[in-house]
Amino acid sequence: MMRFYVTILMALRALRRNTMRSILTALGMIIGVGAVIAMVSIGNGAKAQVQSAIAGLGDNLIIVSPASLNTGGVRGGAGTGVTLVPADADAIVADLQEGNKRVMSVSPYIGGGGMQVLANGLNWRPQVLGVGPDWPDIRSWRVTEGTFFSEEDVKTAAKVAVIGKTTADTLFPEGGAVGQMVRIGNIPFKVIGMMDTKGFNNNQDQDDVLFLPYTSHMKRVSRRTSLNSIYVKARNEDVVDRVKSDLTDLLTQRRNGAVDFQVQDQAEIAAARTAATDTMTYLLGAIAGVSLLVGGIGIMNIMLVSVTERTREIGIRLALGAHGKDVLTQFLIEAILLSSLGGIMGVALGIGGSQLAGHYKGWAVEPSTTAMVIAVVFSSFVGVFFGFYPARKAAAMDPIEALRYE
Amino acid sequence: MAPVVKILDIHKIYDSGEVPVHAVRGVSLEIHRGEFLALMGSSGSGKSTLMNMLGALDRPTKGEYFLDGTDVSKLDKNDLADIRNQKLGFVFQGFNLLSRTTALENVELPLLYGKKRMSSKAMKERAMHCLDIVGLSKRSDHMPNQLSGGQQQRVAIARALVNEPQVLLADEPTGNLDSKTSIEVMGVFQKLNEQGITIVMVTHELDIAHYCKRDLILRDGVVVRDELVKDRSIAERELQRLAEAEAKAKLIGGPIPTV
Repeated sequence: MMRFYVTILMALRALRRNTMRSILTALGMIIGVGAVIAMVSIGNGAKAQVQSAIAGLGDNLIIVSPASLNTGGVRGGAGTGVTLVPADADAIVADLQEGNKRVMSVSPYIGGGGMQVLANGLNWRPQVLGVGPDWPDIRSWRVTEGTFFSEEDVKTAAKVAVIGKTTADTLFPEGGAVGQMVRIGNIPFKVIGMMDTKGFNNNQDQDDVLFLPYTSHMKRVSRRTSLNSIYVKARNEDVVDRVKSDLTDLLTQRRNGAVDFQVQDQAEIAAARTAATDTMTYLLGAIAGVSLLVGGIGIMNIMLVSVTERTREIGIRLALGAHGKDVLTQFLIEAILLSSLGGIMGVALGIGGSQLAGHYKGWAVEPSTTAMVIAVVFSSFVGVFFGFYPARKAAAMDPIEALRYE
Repeated sequence: MAPVVKILDIHKIYDSGEVPVHAVRGVSLEIHRGEFLALMGSSGSGKSTLMNMLGALDRPTKGEYFLDGTDVSKLDKNDLADIRNQKLGFVFQGFNLLSRTTALENVELPLLYGKKRMSSKAMKERAMHCLDIVGLSKRSDHMPNQLSGGQQQRVAIARALVNEPQVLLADEPTGNLDSKTSIEVMGVFQKLNEQGITIVMVTHELDIAHYCKRDLILRDGVVVRDELVKDRSIAERELQRLAEAEAKAKLIGGPIPTV
């Protein structure tokens, strides 16, 4: 073991002798590992953000949305169909909420996109959404001032609105939004309540919003007849699967067997949304992995140069009693030290780089310990792999030949 | 007493080129403890090949070589390395010190590859002791490029001594040195020899061979002469004579010698 310890010391000494070259060689690994760590951190951050956004939708949530709208060969993607109508929501209420009681609450949902809203001599463009009276319950979203609209408001398509915090602050900088009037186009709506702050979701300010009864939205603002989706809250976690199959059965029945809708719970929505970020993470990781490979080749190159350059030294060592194995270990350890020190510094660079990106770009960043461990282990492995050939070349030298080398 | 080195009809044939080269053609030799042997011969006489075989760097094609009772001619690569480490000390013409490595660390090098476990403190002490023998203990932390040629060669001698070898092998140790430094280095060898260390030295300079006790001349791969040195030069005396001559030159005050 003494010999091994000494070999490490000798390897360190050799690396120190060529500090500049060692740093440049390790730089390949530093950048490679740094890139991997940064990419994985950013990818993980994006994924975590999506997941928390979905978790933030509310508990035991199930979303019914129309299937893809396909025109000829063009498939519009999930939710582009126009097959969901308020009567579907009513049927769900009748069957599952009042019927078998597995559903707590139901709310139709119309995501109208941005609309110009005028109030108080100012104007602004929040998201104008149409929902049902159970919306705050489904989303676990409190009303801080005033009230949310009622069943009655929905039935009469009342000209009432509930305002989000950001929209309220923008349109009514002096406060006191509740009780005021806002206009969408020519139609005035009375603000009867204000929502609590919900924060950002997917880089979107959820508080920059104006809620209308979905009937008012359909009749007075968007003039549409279909819903974007129906939010259903199951009574508890255990019945989520049951409710999903109930929903499928009910809606299929209502459509005489046609399945032009989809029913997803949070887990499925999360899976669908994170699939994209996963792909991105893998892709970025793979690209970064290529730079690791390039770093490894750099190490091999320098080790080959180093072996040739130090032929005489190898000859001296062999002549003085070193075994081939000792020389092999020495050069292998040099390569491993180069690559693993590079790997460790790369981890630091990756963390630093991703934090910087997170700070300046506002990206969510989540460093992965697994990725760090793998990166360091892998970089040592790169050292073994790319250092072995040069080291074996050194070990196989003939002492007489090596001593004669000029 | 049994000889330290016993060679029986040793041959070396190089088979690499078109024609096989018969570099050593049957040399038999006995070297006893305390001898100081000069191996002479012109280039191509086979003295380097013989030296490589004596140094266990190369195996003879034919013949037997007993070093301190072990049959070296049959050993494998790693055993040869251990023999070189434990029983032999090498001094090369080009010094062959590791650059950017202190004198002390250079001397320690054979200890690192030794079979015995040693603490780094013990290694340092041993290396320091050997540097002391060659009179360089004050320069232990100097790098080779901070030392003169003679000093570098003395570091190399200290390195050769560090494992207390049976035989010290020197391949043209004065080849890269000026005449005065050569005499100094020969002085070191003579002193070591007086302490009982066996030395085998390759040289092609007759006056250097004169410092040895026994002179062996090789030609075309065979020993053509093997005799004891008469009128042996003593380094100490030669150095004194040189110093006197220098002093005299200054005393007379002739033309300033150009350097």
